[in-house]
Amino acid sequence: MSRRILASFGVMVLASMSSAHADNYPSKVITLVVPFSAGGPTDTVARLIAQPMSKKLGQTIIVENIGGAGGTLAAGRVARSDNDGYTVFLHHIGMATSATLYRKLPYNVLTDFEPIGLVTSVPMTIIAKKDFPAKDIKEFITYVKTNHEKITYGNAGIGAASHLCGMLFMSAIGTPLTTVSYKGTGPAMNDLLGGVFDFMCDQTTNTTPQIKGEKVKAYAVTSKTRVASLSNLPTLAESGLKNFEVSVWHGLYAPKGTPKPIIEKVSAALREALKDPIVKQRFADLGTEPEPQDRATPEAHRAYLKAEVEKWAPIIKAAGSYAD
Amino acid sequence: MELLANLSIGFDAAFTFINLLYCLIGVTLGTVVGVLPGLGPIATIAILLPVTFTLEPVSSLIMLSGIYYGAQYGGSTTAILINLPGEATSVATTLDGHAMAKQGRAGPALATAAIGSFFAGTVATFLLAAFAPPLAELALKFGPQEYFSLMVLGLVASIVLAHGSLLKAIGMILLGLVLGLIGTDVNSGMQRYTFELPELADGIGFVIVAMGMFGLGEIIRNLENETTRTSVVKGITGLMPTKEDLKRMAAPILRGTALGSILGILPGNGALLGSFTAYSVEKKISKTPERFGKGAIEGVAAPESANNAGAQTSFIPMLTLGIPSSPVMALMIGALIIQGIQPGPTVMTEQPALFWGIIVSMWIGNLFLVILNLPLIGIWVRMVSAPYHLLYPAILVFCGVGVYSINSSTFDVYLMALFGLLGYIFSKLECEPAPMLLGFILGPMMEEYLRRAMILSRGDATTFLTRPISASLLAMSVVAMAIVLLPAIRRTREVAFREDG
Repeated sequence: MSRRILASFGVMVLASMSSAHADNYPSKVITLVVPFSAGGPTDTVARLIAQPMSKKLGQTIIVENIGGAGGTLAAGRVARSDNDGYTVFLHHIGMATSATLYRKLPYNVLTDFEPIGLVTSVPMTIIAKKDFPAKDIKEFITYVKTNHEKITYGNAGIGAASHLCGMLFMSAIGTPLTTVSYKGTGPAMNDLLGGVFDFMCDQTTNTTPQIKGEKVKAYAVTSKTRVASLSNLPTLAESGLKNFEVSVWHGLYAPKGTPKPIIEKVSAALREALKDPIVKQRFADLGTEPEPQDRATPEAHRAYLKAEVEKWAPIIKAAGSYAD
Repeated sequence: MELLANLSIGFDAAFTFINLLYCLIGVTLGTVVGVLPGLGPIATIAILLPVTFTLEPVSSLIMLSGIYYGAQYGGSTTAILINLPGEATSVATTLDGHAMAKQGRAGPALATAAIGSFFAGTVATFLLAAFAPPLAELALKFGPQEYFSLMVLGLVASIVLAHGSLLKAIGMILLGLVLGLIGTDVNSGMQRYTFELPELADGIGFVIVAMGMFGLGEIIRNLENETTRTSVVKGITGLMPTKEDLKRMAAPILRGTALGSILGILPGNGALLGSFTAYSVEKKISKTPERFGKGAIEGVAAPESANNAGAQTSFIPMLTLGIPSSPVMALMIGALIIQGIQPGPTVMTEQPALFWGIIVSMWIGNLFLVILNLPLIGIWVRMVSAPYHLLYPAILVFCGVGVYSINSSTFDVYLMALFGLLGYIFSKLECEPAPMLLGFILGPMMEEYLRRAMILSRGDATTFLTRPISASLLAMSVVAMAIVLLPAIRRTREVAFREDG
């Protein structure tokens, strides 16, 4: 308790030296909005960083889960909330893809938010049912291409990361596949274990336990480089699918017009949180790692968000799968 | 003998003072949120999530699971006393439980629910301990074809739930199906019947419909006329079940436990199907089906045993495979991940104390719940005899808070009010909400499984008949349908189902 008082005292001293708006920020509880239900992978990321961030800021951060409509419901509400720095928002890659997936959004992804910094990029894995015949990823790609009429791909719903990865994979191998959609990763994983469909691509957060338990066959990771906790898996890029890269990146946002000094303050707290040994350890357990310090900044985040919106727009339009 | 060794690991883990304490806290909290209409285990666990970060993983999971199955106990209390199912799984209990309460037999009804739940919980815990891994493998054999056929059987059986006009019951089921289709289509991402309201993009929540149709609808009707008030308990005749009651409830408890345990393993709404199926089975095989819906104790014992058994066995996919079979399970997985434990197939071998500790704690928790609930019955019964002008505003407030707490959405509260009005109109038309709720839950699931099965079979509809489990479930549906529809049996059906008509 006394440490918290001390910390908030320290923040107050520091704050008194910075500019007008941010003078006494934060003087009350900060709400961190998560656009998905509690207990899910995004919620876990939010809660993991909320603790060290609140220590750094000297204020309690409460996580509020506003699920619905692929995260757009929460984003819409954040866009309309007070831009005083007491509402911050954690969203993943869906922030960028929603700009194309939803044709009628009540907000503009690029102009209605102030990016604060990137948090973590969770790699994804290509996994198949236990008795899938292919030995390695090269065989896998050949097998899928030659048997494309029989192969089925599962995803966790339109707009989910597994749906995006599947779209990218099909366009990379130039073969459309029959797709089965589920409401969330849980039921999809259940049916993959039961061998109902052939393969899926999902984030390590969800797949690592099943890979380690040998309930599924893992073939490759989708990140640019190999993943430490699954080091025997090659990347898709090194397996012949040039430039294939997709990861579930998470970023922190505030509503448009939130004063710059406040954004800077939160951003600094985020960078501090990403250095926290517990956060590092938990992220590693989930098969991911904190973003490097230079990516956890408003500038890097803004540029990356724009690049991702532009990357996915043509892919989603070509597949013609919209979420509304 | 390996089982004994494992159980002793579990007892070591669960029988520490601190873990017993968290178990007690969990089941007490669970009972409270179960009793309060609208507040459910999901919201409670979500709120408590930050608290668990500071606890040992075993303690936090013991507490969280206590909240979950404790809420199943508590949920039956409001279902019986004020005809308000707090959880989807207690809808079936309202039918006879509330009828008993109206006759002044709320005490025996509550006691039956507690005894049935305890027995079912004990059996299901044993199943979990002895057969969790093979049962999980078995559940994986259930593909979309089997689920679809099971849902068909469930819907056919739900006609039995009605005790008024058959036509009205079918109409209500169909209305439920249509309401259930509101939202985003899973396969195409198209929004259906959402009127471009983003709040409807994920469909309407069960709690909203249940609170509106049951809770608010009933309040409006009760306020309309003082003399026809249904929740006024007229004279309480004994708190505990009589010898006759005990004899009547024994077999239904056994059957309910068996059905609930099996269906609970299936992901999705297994526990829910269990309670409805158990009720339907009891009514079907009863020599006096006309008593059902009018306060038959079997109609409380069977679904209550089934839902508690299902609540316990639904931990099987989560504990053995790390797959959440419901939003509550997803929350528990989230709690473990934050603690640094990745739930998955390896948890049993890598964290034996956690795995077995939770199983043992469930049995202890069930014991706590019986000890906690039986003495409370007197208090609950007295509480509903409070003046209605004090009772109904409280129910209204809790319904509002509960619905709001799910998504922090005022839209949902308005929607609940709308369903309240609808519930009132339907009660005037003598249309029952229970079949509608079942259609509402089963409809969208049925559609999802049907389309998934058809995609996987590439449009070949015979896929439902060539798989043995699916084919036998469909055959059972045809038989059940024939019993309801065959003209020769029709007369007996009318005797059996026309109690109020």
